[in-house]
Formats: sequence, C-alpha cells, structure tokens
Amino acid sequence: MSTEPRSLARRLFEPASIDSQAPVARVVTYALLFLWTLVVVIPLYWVLITSFKGPGEVDNGPFYLPFVDFAPSLQAWDFMLVQNYTLRPYMNSVVVAVASTLLAVLIGSLAAYALVRIRFQVKLAAVAIFLILLTAIIVAVATFGVRWEIAIVVAAALFIIALFTLVGRTQLAVGNNDIEFWIISNRIMPPIVAVLPIYVMFQQMRLLDTQVALIATYTAINLPIVVWLTRDFFAGIPLDLEESAQIDGASKFRVFFTIALPLVRSGLVATFLLVLILAWNEYLLALFLSNADAQTMPVLVSAQNTTRGPQWWNMSVLITVMIAPVIVISSILQKHIARGLLVGAVKG
Amino acid sequence: MPATLSRVMMTATDTMPDAADRRSWAEWLDGHSGRIMVLPAVVVLLCFAIFPLIISAYLALSRFALASGGFTLKFIGLLNFRKLLVGSQQYHLLGKFGTFGFVQFALLALIAAGLFFLLARYLLRGRPTVVGTVGRLLATAMAMGLAVLALATMAPGGVPGTVVNTLLYVFVGVSVQFALGLGLALLCGQPIRGRNFFRVLFFIPLMVTPVGIAYTFRMLADMQKGPFAPLVRAFGISEWSWATEAWSARLMVLVGDTWQWTPFMFIVLLAAIENQPRDQVEAARLDGANGFQIFRDITWPAIAPIAATVVLIRLIEAFKIIDLPNVLTGGGPGLATESMTLHSFISWRTQDLGGSAAIGYMLLFISTIVCVSFFNFVVRPARRFEA
Repeated sequence: MSTEPRSLARRLFEPASIDSQAPVARVVTYALLFLWTLVVVIPLYWVLITSFKGPGEVDNGPFYLPFVDFAPSLQAWDFMLVQNYTLRPYMNSVVVAVASTLLAVLIGSLAAYALVRIRFQVKLAAVAIFLILLTAIIVAVATFGVRWEIAIVVAAALFIIALFTLVGRTQLAVGNNDIEFWIISNRIMPPIVAVLPIYVMFQQMRLLDTQVALIATYTAINLPIVVWLTRDFFAGIPLDLEESAQIDGASKFRVFFTIALPLVRSGLVATFLLVLILAWNEYLLALFLSNADAQTMPVLVSAQNTTRGPQWWNMSVLITVMIAPVIVISSILQKHIARGLLVGAVKG
Repeated sequence: MPATLSRVMMTATDTMPDAADRRSWAEWLDGHSGRIMVLPAVVVLLCFAIFPLIISAYLALSRFALASGGFTLKFIGLLNFRKLLVGSQQYHLLGKFGTFGFVQFALLALIAAGLFFLLARYLLRGRPTVVGTVGRLLATAMAMGLAVLALATMAPGGVPGTVVNTLLYVFVGVSVQFALGLGLALLCGQPIRGRNFFRVLFFIPLMVTPVGIAYTFRMLADMQKGPFAPLVRAFGISEWSWATEAWSARLMVLVGDTWQWTPFMFIVLLAAIENQPRDQVEAARLDGANGFQIFRDITWPAIAPIAATVVLIRLIEAFKIIDLPNVLTGGGPGLATESMTLHSFISWRTQDLGGSAAIGYMLLFISTIVCVSFFNFVVRPARRFEA
C-alpha cells in the first residue's frame, strides 16, 4: 500500500515504468484526470472568490478572476467575522468536535481493546430480561403514569432477582463477536430514529441547546466507528509485550495505557482525524439539539437562507471558514485519514 | 531534608492501613477490568441508541399532543403507520401511483424473474437452512415491494414519494459514485506521474461539510450569476431553472452527493489496486493480455472483496441523507427531492412526533434489510471468492 516506505529497488525502477504507456493512452489518462481535477477544484475556487465579492460583483453576472475582472474586497469577511457573532458557533463547533472525538476515541478504544484481549460471556437471558424490563419501564411511565424513580427501582430489583434465580440455569450466551457486532451495528441505525427521544431526554434534563448535549450525542454516534477501526489495530499488536508486563504485575489498565495505546498510536491518529471530521460536519443532530447558544457551523450556514435570498458573498465567507480547516487537515494528513478508511473497508 | 523525611514517614504510616485497602481495591479493579473497560461504551450506546430506539417505537405507536404545561401521549396502535401507508400521508411517503404501461410490466416481470431465479437457485442447489430461507424470502419480498413502488410512482401520471426519492439517492447515487471512483482509481493506478498529487486532491471533497457543498452547488448552478451562466445563455435556457423541475432538482442533489462521495470509493479502490499482485499483472502483460483482460482476470478478483465492502459502508450512510436535499432544494419542488430523514424531520417540526417516529422506523427497517441483504448476498460471497 502507499503508506509503506518505498524500497530502494522500487525507487530505482519506478522512473523506467512511469509513463510507459502508449502515447495515446497516456494523453487520454492525463486528460481525464485533469478533467476530474477541474471538477474538484472549480466549486472550491468559486466559493473562495465569491467570498471576496460584494453584492455588485455577484449580481452583475459571473466574474471569474480577482484583480482581473473584479476588484476583491474584504467587505463580506468584515461583515461576517467582525460585525457578526460567527466566532461563537465556530468555537462551539471546535469544542464539540474535539471533546466528543476525544471521548469517543477513549471510550471506544478501551472497549475495543477489552473485546480483543478478554473473553466475555454474557448470558443471553440476562440481556433479554434487561431489554424487557427497560421496555416495561417505558410503558409503565408513559402509559400508566408511574413515577419513573419507582419504576426504575422496581425494575432494578426484579433484574437482580432474575439474575440470581433464572439466568444461572440458562446456557445460551453471547460472546465477544456478538458484542462487537452489536456495537458496530449501531451505525446502521439512521440517527433520525433515535434523535426524537434524545431531544426529549435533554429537554427533561434542561440540557437542550448546550455543548454538553452535543458532545454526549456525537460521542455516541461515532463510538461504533472507533470500536470498528481500533479493534483491528489492537488485534495487530503482538501479545508477548503485554504478557510480560502483566507478569511484572501491571494491571490491565496500566498495560492498556502504557503499552497497547502507544503501540497503536498511528492507528489512533487515523481514527481521531476521521471521527473529528465527521463530528465537525455533522448536521442533523445539531439541527435538533441546538438552536442558539450551542449552534454549530453547519446549522449556522444552513440557516443563512434569508428572505431576500441567500447573500452569496456572506455565505461564501462562512463556508470558507467552515471548510478551510478540514481541507488543510485532509490535504496534509491525507495518508493518515485514508489509512483509517482503508482499515475499515478492507476488513468490513 | 528532615521535612522530606518526615513526609515520607507520614505517608508511610498514613498509608499502612490504606495500602491493604488499596491493594484489594486494585485487585477488584483488575479482576473486573474487562467489564469496566467495556462498560462506558455499553452505557453510552444504551443511553443513546437502545433506550431511544425503544422510546421511538413507543412514540411511533402513539399520538403526541401538546397540552397545558406539557404534553400527552396516547397509545393508538398502528394508526400512524396506517396514516402513512394508506391514509392522508400516503402521497407524501409513497407518492402517487401512475398507470402501469407495457414498459413497467416488462421491467417488473424482469425483476420478478431475476429474484425468483436467485431464490430458486438457493433452494435447489445449496443446502437451504431455515434462517437462510426466511432471510431470503424477506429480502425478496422487500426488493419486490420496493421495485413495484418505484415503478408505479415513476410511471406516467405517478409522483414518487420520499421512499422512492431515498432509494434513488441510495441506488443511483452509490452506483454512479462507485463507477466514477473505480474509473478514477484505475486511471490513477496506471504508471503515471503525480499520483500522490491526484490522490490528495481527489480526496478533499469527501471531507468537505455537506451543508457547504449544498450551497456551493446552488451557487454554481445559478442560471444567471453562476460561473456557467454564459454557457447557459449560449444554449438559450437561462430563463429555465433546475430548481423548478422535479428531475433536474433530483439530479442536482445527486451531483452534489456524487461530488462528495466519489473520493471515498476512489481512495479505497486505488489502495486495493495498488495492492494487487504485480507479478501476475507483469506476467499477463508479457503474455500479451490487453488492459481489459488484465482487469477482468487479475485486478477485479483482487479488489472485489474491498469493492463490496466500500459499497456496503456507503449504502449504510446513503440511507441517512438529509443535509443536501434540505439545503440545496429544501426538499422541493413540491416534495421531489425530499428524503425519508427530511420527511421525518418535517413531521417533527409540525408536532407530529408519532408520524415522525413511524417514518424513522420505516427507514430503519428498509435500510437494515437492504444492508444486511447486501452483506450476506454480495460482501460475503465476494470475500469467499478471495479466500
């Protein structure tokens, strides 16, 4: 793969094989690649130059080249960044994306490591009883108006009784693969199914429109990806290192933090970047869970459709500042991010 | 020095009883470390996936109404689903059925024959199991139902609803993205200069915020002020607007989606192509095989498992589409570009929480069956093929 350092032999022989195609094929190849380069660049270029236009330059027909057919101005930048409070949604986006990614990577890699190294046996009956009781609590509270504190206490008591009486007699159990599959399969669930109850939940806790609500939710939706990716990185490290540490008396946590984590550093970076960008771009959940104080950039941008029609110049400033960091990160660290994608895709 | 000493003594004496305590605490922690490590993930997913899922199921079966100082929930059974499937919301969700002509019947017969063939082959050739048979029957029924729906609403006189729009984004979008991504990856896999430049550049759109993409494409597609306005004027269609016609609006959403997601296919498939057995390619070339033969016999078998997996990942995400239609077209004209997630969001905004949850559940149902079927019938065979 491209991430491997090139061997001396390949470096020596590659110049000979480069451009070894027939001339016609070579021209067609470069022409098509150039065409797609245009497809990628033109939208980005247009956003960038529109941000330096004013209403006049936009309305009087398309102008393509700054300094040549229109005079660029910083009016829109001044309006959006200095006179308006764009900085606040921007900070929200940064805080929410970074905090939720850190949490997701921490929680997810802990779980992934445990699932790779420790054998789990959870009785199927216990899981079933848990889910039945959870449903019963919801029905009791919603339909019969039982107080939720009472419902939870009763359910917990019933669960403990069931654990000691019924569950021990059953044989069926779920193992590591099942737990892992369950965690990862959560990603299939469209967020729209879960977002209504999450909204109500945060409303009850008076946490609606706070960064906390967004951080918690983003952590949850990105957790499956983290487990999915990091699982393979941990599975790839040799056991002996950890075992010798364990013989020396280090606890599992210590082994995890001092030996396992540093060994999968580059994999963690890949996961972190991928999840960070996903969190940065997230729209649907932010639309539900924030409206003013905790508003993030995607929501702010989508709300720019004013009654006078979108003001393209201001909009372009917002889009530029929103996507610039992502573009910079993904061009510089492309190898790392792509590595995260590849690990996911190759294993499945 | 004495201070340090005394501190050491202090802590030493202080922790005497503590040490035993701490050791047992540490032992307990170590003994249960596996559970403790998995616990946070399980709790987070229980709170944000399983618990909401159950509440959503309950919401889907009840009517939500704002009351003084709060709200009331009334259990109404499957009425929400009935309203969506056959009642007042049918037009929104499923669309309007057109009249079946010869083309529709022919296509339907073709799809039915294909599905029947696959089912028959499984039952006659393989060793059918109960789970396998039930799964296939379910997948076949779902495919047939969706095919009938798509054909009926796209027939003359029909109007596609949000289900068909979503399917369109998923199946047409993912196919186009896969084809383009594979094509670009094959081009970049040639011995060319600047491969890393193309790799980095082509990767960028994947990471750009979808909301930003939506507005960008709105700007680009502006018939009077966009960069292609002179071109449009030359063709004399500058009075026409893509946003007012159903199919051109859908095409616009697909274009934005394709711009964003082709890189995903590209980057993964390129890595797979670079990883193919080089010696075999060289040997085939020496034997005089042409490009297509090499692709068919060496490259494709080598990348098939990865190709199947990227499509699966993309399918899972494609069903959730909302940003692009919401910002690019607002779901319009009419409901021509509205996806199921957007439909659910609009229901929520109009205080129809039960309907919103019901739509969400139907989306969950469709996407789960499609993705699981794809995994079982495409990804798994592709991997076995490799092994």
